[in-house]
Amino acid sequence: MKTVDSAEQALIDQEYSSTLESVDQAEASILEAAGQAGFDEDEQHRIGMALRECMVNAVVHGNRYNKNKKVHVRVLRSSERFTIQITDQGEGFEIQEVPDPLDETNLLRHSGRGLFLMGAFMDDVKVRKVQPSGTEVTLVRNVGPRD
Amino acid sequence: MSVKLNTRQVGDVTVIDVSGRITLGEGSSALRDALRELTAKGNKKILLNLSEVSYIDSSGIGELVSGFTSVANLGGTLKLLGLTKRVKDLLQITKLYTVFDVHEEEAHAIRSFA
Repeated sequence: MKTVDSAEQALIDQEYSSTLESVDQAEASILEAAGQAGFDEDEQHRIGMALRECMVNAVVHGNRYNKNKKVHVRVLRSSERFTIQITDQGEGFEIQEVPDPLDETNLLRHSGRGLFLMGAFMDDVKVRKVQPSGTEVTLVRNVGPRD
Repeated sequence: MSVKLNTRQVGDVTVIDVSGRITLGEGSSALRDALRELTAKGNKKILLNLSEVSYIDSSGIGELVSGFTSVANLGGTLKLLGLTKRVKDLLQITKLYTVFDVHEEEAHAIRSFA
């Protein structure tokens, strides 16, 4: 059981099925939540895109579209941070084994840019394995102007 | 809004006008199918007009890259036209902006194939 900063307000706490429709639904919810949190349209777009990339990873690579597996999306807002936690029930992956998509040898690869884009659009990205099976990705966007 | 594609011929250049969202699923599949069909027919000069594309995710970027390499492997060229600011930003942060030949005006893009 994780403790949550008492100043953090839960904006979304939702379980989604492992489908692409869920990705669209989660994206729509996060755009609304980011708007309510005061982010402008461009920031909402970036946050929405980070969420979409993370949801796609959870549905496609994590849960592999398994109807029996869910994706849990939790969004927390404090005066300092807008935090998105996405947890799948897949086999997990080793983050150090994800190739750098900006490396010259990887530039023309078809896939492998999702995690990089999450990092580009958010201020912090953390990935950890959860028990008994799954991956939790935490995306943090600081409230206020980006550097 | 999902993706819509319309293909037209300008001289020996095939222009694909794309509108909507190129995301994993219907959007990226439609673009992949269109490019495969054109390359199978032997079209080697392809201009992808993205001026009405509101959104591309990493899957959509993957289709652009795959299309680019597929056409190049056949001795042809795939170029991009009319990037919105968001799509341009996305290609810049993924270091792909300089990989593609990107144009702002269609007439200029068509001439560049000569």
